[in-house]
Amino acid sequence: MKLNLLVRFMIGFFLLQSVLASAEEARPLQANVVVEAQVQRLSEELRCLVCQNQTIADSHAELAQDLKQEIREMAAKGMSDQAIIDYLVARYGDFVRYRPPLKASTLLLWLGPFALMLAGAIGLVVMLRRREKMVADKPLTAVEARKVRELLDKDS
Amino acid sequence: MKRFLLPLIIFLVMVGFLAVGLHLDPREVPSPLVGKPAPAFDLPLLDQPEKTFSPKQMLGQVWLLNVWASWCVACREEHPLLVALSKAKLVPLYGMDYKDTRAEAQQWLNEGGNPYEANAMDIDGRVGIDYGVYGVPETYVIDKSGMIVYKQIGPITEQVLSNKIMPLVERLQAQ
Repeated sequence: MKLNLLVRFMIGFFLLQSVLASAEEARPLQANVVVEAQVQRLSEELRCLVCQNQTIADSHAELAQDLKQEIREMAAKGMSDQAIIDYLVARYGDFVRYRPPLKASTLLLWLGPFALMLAGAIGLVVMLRRREKMVADKPLTAVEARKVRELLDKDS
Repeated sequence: MKRFLLPLIIFLVMVGFLAVGLHLDPREVPSPLVGKPAPAFDLPLLDQPEKTFSPKQMLGQVWLLNVWASWCVACREEHPLLVALSKAKLVPLYGMDYKDTRAEAQQWLNEGGNPYEANAMDIDGRVGIDYGVYGVPETYVIDKSGMIVYKQIGPITEQVLSNKIMPLVERLQAQ
């Protein structure tokens, strides 16, 4: 039964193949759950500078992958979140952070929306006050009162 | 008349903001490295892998470090300008070949001409991260003390070269 042997060999070969293929997917570094959690947490805080409206976690840009790897290595060395963020800020500036720190150069960024809202609220109050004054009851003059009565009478 | 004044003012202010916004490049992120010493590295040369290049070797000179790659489209744009610059011999230009392969880099230099004194190979992009590289090409002006004085993100244009980089280089060389 030569054919039988060949079939068996082929089945064995394909099984082995699938085992090898799945073995490749597990990455040794990801075994460390704590490190991976830190990498995930940090990469959601950091901006990918190539595709600026994505975090490093979301981005598939090569630089984002590199940075993730860099973060992973620093995390594996036991560096704190703050130390890793400082490392990247020293190279890429505050822009790399999705939550920029509050300081003189970012004051407008942080307070701008509130200032706009305040301006809007003040504008609204002023407008409402003015409108209130416009429709305030004014006693009708005798002529006006007669006109009103005439019009009303005509209608009914 | 007065009731149109306020909307008009708001409109003009908005136009002003938008006009300024149109001329800002969101890709241009101010580098925190300007005013700091150029990060140290020791990378193999493109042509002689057994030799290395380090910014230390350039102490005492004003020089340009241009980060490029053969896969970088915008690099093609600035390349003729770099070749012209190197011919003028006003300032030494060194290259850092970023995430590239030797063969492709060499082919690119054979085709477009080689403006660089030497090229350091940053194959895995590690040194690039130290330099805050996020979009090639990038060019650094480094002074005699090894300090980064200016960083150009994106291709160098004739305007940038004659209005910014060259006056800066001349000033630094005179120091």
